Amino acid sequence: MATLDDVAAPKAKRKLTGYWLILPGALWLAVFFVIPFYSLISTSLFDPKGSVLTGYDMTWHFSNYVDAIDQYKGQIWRSLWYAGVATALCLVIGYVLAYAIAFKAGRWKNLMLVLVIAPFFTSFLLRTLSWKLILADDGFVVDALQTVHLLGDDGRLLATPFAVIAGLTYNFLPFMVLPLYASLEKIDIRLIEASSDLYASPLRGFLKVTLPLSMPGVVAGTLLTFIPAAGDYVNAQLLGSPNTRMVGNTIQSLFTTQGDYAAAGALSVTLMIIIVGAVLMYVRTAGTEDLV
Amino acid sequence: MAGLDRRTVLKGVGGVAALGASAGMLTLFDTPDREQDPTTCVADDVSDTDKRLVYSNWPEYIDEDDGDYVSTKTQFERDTGIKVAYTADVNDNNEFFAKVSNQLGSCSSSKRDLFSLTDWMAARMIQVGWIQKLDAANVPNLHANIIDSLKAPEWDPKREYSAPWQSGLTGIAYNKSKVGEIKSFKELLTRKDLKGRISLLTEMRDTMGFLLMVNGGDPEKFSDDEWQNAIDLLKKARSDGQVRSFTGNEYVQDLASGNVVACEAWSGDIANAGDDNLVWIPPEEGIMIWADNMIVPNLATHQGNAEKWIDYYYQPEVAAKLADYNSYICPVKGAQEAMEKVNPDNVENELIFPTEKTLSETHRFMALDESTMRTYEGDFADVTSS
Repeated sequence: MATLDDVAAPKAKRKLTGYWLILPGALWLAVFFVIPFYSLISTSLFDPKGSVLTGYDMTWHFSNYVDAIDQYKGQIWRSLWYAGVATALCLVIGYVLAYAIAFKAGRWKNLMLVLVIAPFFTSFLLRTLSWKLILADDGFVVDALQTVHLLGDDGRLLATPFAVIAGLTYNFLPFMVLPLYASLEKIDIRLIEASSDLYASPLRGFLKVTLPLSMPGVVAGTLLTFIPAAGDYVNAQLLGSPNTRMVGNTIQSLFTTQGDYAAAGALSVTLMIIIVGAVLMYVRTAGTEDLV
Repeated sequence: MAGLDRRTVLKGVGGVAALGASAGMLTLFDTPDREQDPTTCVADDVSDTDKRLVYSNWPEYIDEDDGDYVSTKTQFERDTGIKVAYTADVNDNNEFFAKVSNQLGSCSSSKRDLFSLTDWMAARMIQVGWIQKLDAANVPNLHANIIDSLKAPEWDPKREYSAPWQSGLTGIAYNKSKVGEIKSFKELLTRKDLKGRISLLTEMRDTMGFLLMVNGGDPEKFSDDEWQNAIDLLKKARSDGQVRSFTGNEYVQDLASGNVVACEAWSGDIANAGDDNLVWIPPEEGIMIWADNMIVPNLATHQGNAEKWIDYYYQPEVAAKLADYNSYICPVKGAQEAMEKVNPDNVENELIFPTEKTLSETHRFMALDESTMRTYEGDFADVTSS
């Protein structure tokens, strides 16, 4: 019997090691995800008759959802639309950029990567505010576009959907470039060479070899861009007008200025469900096998 | 029980238990009643030993040292030895309310000794017991010198809790180098050449006061129908693309940079801006009037210093100096005479010392009970910020 115990003890210990290693991550998730998640669900079911001053009670008030969706469906659509366009733009710009860095940059590779990350050294808010200066009605960009008659005399960029989408594209581009770069960089260059040895045109080689091999980067990049862009409210706030408000602005206003926690909670949960649903569908279609 | 093995049953039981626990957890997040009792939610006043004062005010609201010019604040610090941490972090009443409501609503410190909020918000905070009473013996100047029109608001009839910092008018400002003369609020909302180049304030009472007046109503007394019509008018201006933004005090920057050529504006800001092209006018429909009030929150640790500050600014000479800088309505009697010495040009300035006639043409916004206020604020915010 004694021998059996001796063997069993280290084995049990080894079994536990895994759990100990999970502990920090699990704690993190519990404190910063699970508890806030419950709090949010609870908020979305508050009795809307409450107020910040008199307090809110959770009364399983499911119609908050119907009311919130009914009232703010415009903003939800607009968010998905803006985020979708921004993601598509990021994908096109980001792919070209990542491709250039991975295959064509040579000794400039590291410098270019640093340049992609460099904007993060300045605050997100400041960078967005500087766009406000660049795109201002009296700014040089608008002046130049007016001179070449791309914009009418009273045309403008700021406070239009263009500025909001441009801001989103700009702010989330690095989140697209980095995963794309990571998966392009891993591609064995000999596979591409082989495709041309087999008489594939450069375009055909790209479509049959490079693009499929970079799919994990495309999937990761689009997710990392689309998800935060759909919930972003800073760009719409600073670069947009009251007619370009996104759902993030609505939630922020409901929570802070209006103190309408019930509607804000219901809208947040709705947004979360829509995004998780969309992501699941996307990942199912695009595949996750190689997702880094 | 064929087909039900132990594992399935256990899983089922576990699932139900997890759901039950989840449902139970959901009830843990109710928010409490925020009402407090200012007589029990009090901190010890350390004013005598700790010579500091933390004050939050609106932007561009106080004179600053400039070369030989000694600002009123610096003078106060020299006279009393109290170091004032003055922060211009009140940009919008609702925003500031959101900033401090968790602390004040649960009787913990807002880390401020004094802040300035507009009448209705000050009234609301006093009503829910977040504000400390001032010691009348410590602010004799306040009670002796406050002007008659501000002496007894219905929400603080004896000025026991609050002291106006400045009062002001809301009207229209425009950049005359970029746009022709504007006379009425209606023009602001409808003129084609202003499309997408105007801004309105997120201050519901100011903006909606004007919209009610554009429709021929009276902001001091209106019906739900009139309210709805005014909201519809605002919605239309927004969906037509007439309104570029709804702002707090930051409208000054957009006006200065030329993104906005005309806007709803507070009287003193434009005079302060120091740009001759910017003019402020009272719209034909009428003018809105308001006051920002200094109030001491619960658990402020330097109430004594705050009272010294209030009393200091209620001396006519100091008040005249302040008003000369920020061009808002001076709440202090005798300041007009004192202005002779400070800046004779401003003695007759109607923005600082409005005549009885001007004051009779101003409008205040109807007092709202908490539930009507929530409805109206909600209607308004749905147009302005969502």
